[in-house]
Amino acid sequence: MARLTADDEPVTLSEAPARSLTMIEAINDALDTMLERDPDVILMGEDIGYFGGVFRCTAGLQEKYGHTRVFDTPISECGIIGVAVGMGAYGLRPVPEIQFADYIYPGLDQLISEAARLRYRSAGEFIAPLTVRSPFGGGIFGGQTHSQSPEALFTHVAGLKTVVPSTPHDAKGLLIAAIEDNDPVVFFEPKRIYNGPFDGYYDRPTRPWKDHPDARVPEGYYSIPLGKARIVREGSALTVLAYGTMVHVAEGVCREKGVDAEIIDLRTLVPLDIEAVENSVEKTGKCLVLHEATRTSGFGAELAALVQERCFYHLEAPVERVTGFDTPYPHSLEWAYFPGPIRVGEAIDKLLEA
Amino acid sequence: MARAASSSSGKTKRAPAKKPAAQATASAGKSGDNFALHSLQEAFQQDPRFDATAEELLTFYERMLLIRRFEEKAGQLYGLGLIGGFCHLYIGQEAVAVGLQDALQGGKDSVITGYRDHGHMLAYGIDPKIIMAELTGRQAGISHGKGGSMHMFSTEHAFYGGHGIVGAQVPLGAGLAFAHKYRGDGGVCMAYFGDGAANQGQVYETFNMASLWKLPIVFVIENNQYAMGTSVKRSSAETEFYRRGTAFRIPGMKVNGMDVLEVRKAAEIAVAHVRDGNGPVLMELNTYRYRGHSMSDPAKYRTREEVQGVRDHSDPIEGAKAELIKLGVDEDKLKDLDKRIRAQVAEAADFAESSPEPAPSELYTDVLVETY
Repeated sequence: MARLTADDEPVTLSEAPARSLTMIEAINDALDTMLERDPDVILMGEDIGYFGGVFRCTAGLQEKYGHTRVFDTPISECGIIGVAVGMGAYGLRPVPEIQFADYIYPGLDQLISEAARLRYRSAGEFIAPLTVRSPFGGGIFGGQTHSQSPEALFTHVAGLKTVVPSTPHDAKGLLIAAIEDNDPVVFFEPKRIYNGPFDGYYDRPTRPWKDHPDARVPEGYYSIPLGKARIVREGSALTVLAYGTMVHVAEGVCREKGVDAEIIDLRTLVPLDIEAVENSVEKTGKCLVLHEATRTSGFGAELAALVQERCFYHLEAPVERVTGFDTPYPHSLEWAYFPGPIRVGEAIDKLLEA
Repeated sequence: MARAASSSSGKTKRAPAKKPAAQATASAGKSGDNFALHSLQEAFQQDPRFDATAEELLTFYERMLLIRRFEEKAGQLYGLGLIGGFCHLYIGQEAVAVGLQDALQGGKDSVITGYRDHGHMLAYGIDPKIIMAELTGRQAGISHGKGGSMHMFSTEHAFYGGHGIVGAQVPLGAGLAFAHKYRGDGGVCMAYFGDGAANQGQVYETFNMASLWKLPIVFVIENNQYAMGTSVKRSSAETEFYRRGTAFRIPGMKVNGMDVLEVRKAAEIAVAHVRDGNGPVLMELNTYRYRGHSMSDPAKYRTREEVQGVRDHSDPIEGAKAELIKLGVDEDKLKDLDKRIRAQVAEAADFAESSPEPAPSELYTDVLVETY
């Protein structure tokens, strides 16, 4: 029977040797680690077993853990998530994969009405500790049905947690924390940075993760608590709030322009590390919010509102947002849509001049 | 674009030349010749009634009567404004939950259902007081008043709710069944839904997965003839719901849901089949709700004569009563039983009226396991 388990262990960073991994390998490593540690962990999804996942995140895991724990599902997103909720209510820890975030919509009924609500309406008797993994975001010419960033749909739902890693190191630690978490977690993997830290300069050669310091991933178990942001670089000129791919875009622009920005990688949107945001904006007095998703009612709107509410008297300029446009994600005009270095740079200039 | 994104995956995406052996086992039992889509129904029809002793039938009768009296009282409390919002009464359908759940093993099997859930909880023997207090939204309710009529749960009885979205509980049921199988605990899941829910897409996603993975689950369609105000004939291309699993190789059973002994017998056959590892069974229980879909439904989509006809000729409680008398049970004893149940229900109503409402601080509890 689904009972709460006391798995709120403190964060333990493994002292095991680290090696450079891509985000795909880091995710695979996290899944491998958790399958090994906890017999209640189960992976399910379209093409994840025999095929190893379209992005290879589950490669080799079915061979290692068998068909009962790592298995293919029919193309039935609502059914997949619904079955996972039932498994979770019974005490398992399912990690369903939705092949693209764009495919998650048929499963919204289950995520919103069941996963997010089960605990509340049973007054804490049952939980739905599932982790829905899903590649999201653009930059791969996927067009409108393979590029979306629907995170705000989920942050809007009380009872769900929403996580977006931006490095291999974080992807592993956050995914482990998500799987161990007793609440339902939507874990969005920015697929543009699966293989390298894409900084938005699409006309330059792509960089691999290999030499990036945050691609150093310790072996074995470690977790990064949900709700703890990462200060990517300290600075005093302005605060940049970002997550996923946009963290690297912010870094790239600040590096190119030599801007002394404080870049905060939120890592988890719900729960949000509002303290880190407040501390930084109070220090810099200026705030830029970035996301790939469409602008209206995006998570940036929530961030801007929070910063305004909490840091109003420290602000020296209105909070700026650089986001995707309020259009479907285009195929041919991808780089016009993508909030890349030019638009981010302009917003930074505007804030610095203010 | 197809579902596989990277071009490199394009080739492999098509059917692999060689199917791995284990993959084949996942969909085992598919050889057409020995597949018995109809055998359960045939076995059931040969002898469709449970051979109950007078004592057993009396127990069924008592449970059904408790549900009816409870629901009548709930209707009254609703009329008095003590129950707000949505309230779906089980009156007329009592034999279904009572007959089916008697065939389950307590502490081993799990149950999940839709929003018309009062009867299922009562059939389990859950205290009517805490159910009624949930209807009135009180702290003492089984979900502390936060679930309400449609959303009630009990870990103790492995009762997984109580779900207000039509059909959404069906995939959850398959998840529970998966967990039974994964744990090897010998349990089966009984997943109830209605004739209306039977037209939801996710139900068929679930049929496919449950059959593919041979999950221990009994799908129960409570066909009460109306999806809210839309009759089965006006909403369903195939009105014989027990046939709807055929495309997924799920054997179906058609059962008279107004006869508790028939329900009990059919349940036994279905549960045994599922427990033996043969995968799911789909049961259609033909029943009838006497009241409207919810309290606000004037039920103008059917005639008074239609409802009266069912009450007069097929009422499950009257039917069981006549049979008990035939078996020699004293009519006075039945009257005393009714009195006792009425008192129990009145006590539940008093409790539900007098219990305090949840504190405002409950608003923010149980949203997430951790605070946020």
